[in-house]
Amino acid sequence: MRHLLSTRDLDRETAVHILDVAEDMAEVATREVRKLPTLRDRTVVNLFFEDSTRTRTSFEVAAKRLSADLINFSAKGSSVSKGESLKDTAQTLAALGADAVVIRHSSSGAAQTLAESGWIDAAVLNAGDGTHEHPTQALLDAFTIRRRIHGAGSRGRDLDGVRVTIVGDILHSRVARSNVWLLATLGAGVRLVSPATLLPADLTGWPVTAGSDLDAAIAEGTDALMMLRIQGERMHAAYFPTTAEYSRHWGLTDERFARLAPDTMVMHPGPMNRGLEISARAADSAQSTVLEQVANGVSIRMAVLYLLVAGGAEAHA
Amino acid sequence: MRDVLQAADITRALTRISHEILESRGSDASDSASSPLVILGIPTRGVLLARRIAAIVETLEPGAVVVGSLDVTMYRDDLRAQPTRAPAPTVIPQGGIDGRTVVLVDDVLFSGRTIRAALDAIADHGRPQAVRLAVLVDRGHRELPIRADFVGKNLPTSRDERISVRLAEVDDTEGVTITS
Repeated sequence: MRHLLSTRDLDRETAVHILDVAEDMAEVATREVRKLPTLRDRTVVNLFFEDSTRTRTSFEVAAKRLSADLINFSAKGSSVSKGESLKDTAQTLAALGADAVVIRHSSSGAAQTLAESGWIDAAVLNAGDGTHEHPTQALLDAFTIRRRIHGAGSRGRDLDGVRVTIVGDILHSRVARSNVWLLATLGAGVRLVSPATLLPADLTGWPVTAGSDLDAAIAEGTDALMMLRIQGERMHAAYFPTTAEYSRHWGLTDERFARLAPDTMVMHPGPMNRGLEISARAADSAQSTVLEQVANGVSIRMAVLYLLVAGGAEAHA
Repeated sequence: MRDVLQAADITRALTRISHEILESRGSDASDSASSPLVILGIPTRGVLLARRIAAIVETLEPGAVVVGSLDVTMYRDDLRAQPTRAPAPTVIPQGGIDGRTVVLVDDVLFSGRTIRAALDAIADHGRPQAVRLAVLVDRGHRELPIRADFVGKNLPTSRDERISVRLAEVDDTEGVTITS
């Protein structure tokens, strides 16, 4: 593995391997010294063209736990806002000696463009590109599900037979896309529940079942219920009448939450709109994995940074 | 390829090491009977050897040791020289290693670099009273000032010879061979 651009091109073996390495990284957080010397003298650049606190911070913690030097390069306040092209930015980072670039960009395909450009030799990690993919989020979600189900016996296992329901704005969600590919590769059954206006028109080739009835999905049963955030910043058209209307049909309300099986995980990638797509009671319940997802995100990002950056240059040949 | 140790030789060596580990306890001033020795194997085969040693000690003096594993992948000094290695689990027994005597176990002692990495890893888990080293085979050619306290067999080798340790738990056979 040279870059991490999407989950669509991950095979089962590679995906399970990343999750297994993340198990070892999670162990580090329990130790007296929560730091490894592994990436000493390596430089990781957070290149964020789009606002993000959680993902950027998570990568920052991950890089620091591995002793890498970290540079935060955000588009605001940089020469990017003065019109510097991605090419110039990449070449600048290359000249600074970056070994890995974590990129978030509002354009789908930005990470791939950077990886294939030849502008920079560093490993490229996609931290979200437009409405395309967000692979580390899907990996941490799969990791969270695997740990909840298999606990200490998680290593080496996939998600065979696990039923995951993803609810919300599928159309604009890179989290949903990355999860669909990864969860299916790991053997899980994925069901999408969404207003018809927020479902991609063409689902050909998607390994999913799709519908718009959340109550039917809950009645059939699911092992994990993944509530997506309603993204105000991507809502440029009227996809649903009002937020109250959305909440009534597709929100995890207290009433719906009460109908879930007691071992159904309630997942959310954050940040949550409490009272809109998820009720406070559901978010704060023992079934909620929200805070586990945050902690697991650091482990996953440590694993990916380790796998992409630790080996020597000749190791990639 | 030449056989150096057969299955029975390995068992004999581990039994002797187990006795020596128990006898050595008196020499560590602050060892108390209430605090067991912590035996930590280095993956992969060191872990198996550590479990065997712990099982033998258990028959000699129940409760004298606890066993775990210590992965050193993240602490190696040659990470850049080769493709990324897959780490293995680290399991520190309940009670940790603070103030206790730790016995590291590995299959072959060669350059000493793995043990150097293990000492760094240990420091991140706590501050043991003392750290000892047990190895099945010491083949010489040290590159660092490190020596073993308990040795199954000293095996003079040339640098380009290969030592293979095979254990029944993960290999089809059991024995130590040397290949030039």
